[in-house]
Amino acid sequence: MVSARSVSVTPSSLSYTDLPWIVQHREDRCTLCGHCTAVCPKEAIYLAYRRQRMPKLDVLKKSRGNEYRTFVGIRQKTTMANACIGCSMCAMVCPNEAIMPVPNTNEHRTLFFNNQKGEPNKRGGRRNVSGPTLLDRIMFDRISMLTDPALDAGRHEFNITTTLGRILDPAEFLKRQKEGGWIPPTREIFPFVIGSMSFGALSPNMWLGLLQGVAYCNEVLGIPVVMGTGEGGCPPWVLKSPYLKYIILQIASGYFGWDEIIRAIPDMQCMPAAIEIKYGQGAKPGDGGLLMWYKVSKLIARLRGVPEGVDLPSPPVHQTLYSIEESVMKMIQTLSTAFDHQVPIYPKISASTSAKSVLNNLVRNPYAGGMLIDGIDGGTGAAYNVSMDATGHPIASCVRECYLDLVTQGKQNEIPIFAAGGIGKNGNVAQNGMALIMLGASGVHIGKYIMQAAAGCLGNEKNRCNVCNVGICPKGITSQNPKLYRRLDPDLVAERVSEVFMSINTEIKKIMAPLGRSQSLPVGMSDALGIGDKAVADRLQIKYVC
Amino acid sequence: MCRLALKTANTPFSPYEVLTAMEAMQEGYDGSGLGLLLRGLDFEDFKYNTKYPILSGIAHTEQAWSRLNSFMEERGFELKYDHEFETIPSLIEAKDRFRYFLRAYKMSADLESKSQTEIDEELMLTRLALRRNGEENGGDLTAFSFWPDVAMIKEVGWPLEIGNALTLNDNRIRARVCMAQGRQNTNYGINLYACHPFFLQGIATMTNGENTAFVPIRDWLLGKHFPGYTGYQSDSEVFAHILHYTVRQLGLPLETYKHIITPLSTKELDAHPQGEFLKGLRNTCRRLIIDGPNAVIGTLPDETCILAMDQKKLRPATIGGRDGAWAIASEMCGVEAMVPDRNPAFDFQPMREHTIIVPPDRKELTIWSQHDPFPLPQAA
Repeated sequence: MVSARSVSVTPSSLSYTDLPWIVQHREDRCTLCGHCTAVCPKEAIYLAYRRQRMPKLDVLKKSRGNEYRTFVGIRQKTTMANACIGCSMCAMVCPNEAIMPVPNTNEHRTLFFNNQKGEPNKRGGRRNVSGPTLLDRIMFDRISMLTDPALDAGRHEFNITTTLGRILDPAEFLKRQKEGGWIPPTREIFPFVIGSMSFGALSPNMWLGLLQGVAYCNEVLGIPVVMGTGEGGCPPWVLKSPYLKYIILQIASGYFGWDEIIRAIPDMQCMPAAIEIKYGQGAKPGDGGLLMWYKVSKLIARLRGVPEGVDLPSPPVHQTLYSIEESVMKMIQTLSTAFDHQVPIYPKISASTSAKSVLNNLVRNPYAGGMLIDGIDGGTGAAYNVSMDATGHPIASCVRECYLDLVTQGKQNEIPIFAAGGIGKNGNVAQNGMALIMLGASGVHIGKYIMQAAAGCLGNEKNRCNVCNVGICPKGITSQNPKLYRRLDPDLVAERVSEVFMSINTEIKKIMAPLGRSQSLPVGMSDALGIGDKAVADRLQIKYVC
Repeated sequence: MCRLALKTANTPFSPYEVLTAMEAMQEGYDGSGLGLLLRGLDFEDFKYNTKYPILSGIAHTEQAWSRLNSFMEERGFELKYDHEFETIPSLIEAKDRFRYFLRAYKMSADLESKSQTEIDEELMLTRLALRRNGEENGGDLTAFSFWPDVAMIKEVGWPLEIGNALTLNDNRIRARVCMAQGRQNTNYGINLYACHPFFLQGIATMTNGENTAFVPIRDWLLGKHFPGYTGYQSDSEVFAHILHYTVRQLGLPLETYKHIITPLSTKELDAHPQGEFLKGLRNTCRRLIIDGPNAVIGTLPDETCILAMDQKKLRPATIGGRDGAWAIASEMCGVEAMVPDRNPAFDFQPMREHTIIVPPDRKELTIWSQHDPFPLPQAA
């Protein structure tokens, strides 16, 4: 044993067995092609020359000695900056199946060192809690056995669109119709919306692929899907294109990209689907948006009207406003006016115990076109780990409470509630979304699921990958580095987007048909829901079944 | 599946005729109950003044009966006629039936001097107060309707037997419109109030089928905080309330009912002459869209009768008749039993887009398609 002092051991020293992922490498299969080391987004592995001592004993000559073998192999770095994230790109590119990362089944030590230089852990992804979510456990149990014939999901006609935008009370609608008054704009959309992911958070190829897919869904498949831009503007060619009608433009506290948008208004061929005002986000409630400097490329800088290569944190609040009440009054009305009162304007807030008070404000604002509530399981491109993991409110009970509050006031048809945050976390996207719809949501927003299903995002809730924040996305989904995002073919993303929505469309029918529903989306059909958990059933006012 | 029968005729007829039609369709229901609505009343032993509201229901005990008497008196209603059913209690399954009542009252001068809307409201509130009174006393008093020229009977059991038990074949009571439904509610538990037809301020409907969108519709109607939008022991009660909301609250023409409960798709509305208005109407009344298999049959205070189908026409219904007498039934044999002297070649089975309207003159029926324009209200 060598003396301890001759080995460099510091408090932060780690061995590869202390890391969350251990790279297993089989030298007998390795061809030394170098693909793995070139592709690794973290530069976690490197080719290295090693020397192996081969003891040699010649009994006849009565001599002892050593021979040394030199070999080349792959080694794993143990610094925090280069810790393997388990993305498996090395395994994907290896021609010989010689390398792969395996999760460390023992507890790993990096948890205690991810605050080096005094910076707490920041990452992309969402709350790192795995396993079935509450939404996964909800069953649709009111099967229509009483009367026949039952509906046929494959053959009958289904109306499964939802309405985005303020809807008037019937009496008020007729009154305004008679007097030629303003009827607030509405959109008939598919109830699963591609949630707000900004041009900046997403790579240009990802964004283009999504938009192509959305256009295909609308124009070829007849599925009226819309997508949100997130905060960060919208490419000018899109603003002036007929595809703008499929886009929900977002304005948030950084107001990034809005110079371009306002300037483009006179040249718009059609109005956007809606305007979303972001006050809060489920993944990091009470925190502003964040685009880290790595991702502020020349293109992004131009779109957002900022210098290149600087961090772009949006403030947690809209600085020009004093309170949400004032905000609701001023921003919604201003934006509605800017778009000639022809575009639904709605706020997005973090799920919270105070969500109802925002909702009641909106009820009193004739320009408010809905409310989007984002729950704790929502995803983000960049946030502090503590915000993601520990801050926020689950979506289900928040949506249910808000809906029941509207029911008491008889306003549930007037202000549509949209829900987001963890829908499809475990792949059950249609089931999760329909459960929320039956709890009272008029529709749902899906972001992370779309990245996973349409572009092959590798991130998960066991902290695999989750490096969206630093622009090294190995799939090119959330990177602004052309070398990375060229890996992502927009046409293939578009193809996956259409496949995903065709499949959701079918699954919605498969859920609705046994419930005897086909005429309208079963918003608030809570009598169809059951769960094998009494406490949850009581809280959500649905049936306890066992 | 339950069975429905409606007959409307210029000459008052015995409700027993409609019960025989129910009997003709007996294979289609389980005989668990009867709901009967009579409109355009004619009594053998009383010259009825159609201004007098008629209270109908059941007093289950003697105490309830005396409470009812004093309640009506205190509320200022003067009893003008008390129809005493010749009952044969052995034919009735339930034993707690002290008295079936069907009584005409004269309104107080004070109430008579009020506006029609106020009178209508007072009549509804009186019925609801009686209903609540019964519920607060262990369900010993059931009030089905309190409205001029309308009487209702609901009971558990085989429809024809109930007719016999109340000796409805004695011609002492006749009507120009009679609606009958032959099944107790089986979706949400047996309850006298849950039996069709449902009635609110002169508007009545009965339905064959299941309304799977019941809960969201109920929630929305309850949110209107209109006192009459209550009950909901049956998923079909909302059909009557939606018709009430359409015609009375919104003042829309009868045809719009179909557009509210089963709106056309956007593609169909794009080709509709009033498409833009109807798209707006669909949005604003989105929570009133019904679902499931349903044939809705209804009557209005002016004795207009309607029949509307669900969006996919998943339930059967036939209408047939002649000038002066028309019948709507779940099955053709039901129509045959009610108006045998018609030309059956003209019987009509409405399709998904149809609403059938029999106007008060009963000369001919209107087959109105949802794709056709309708007389727009002033609003549009």
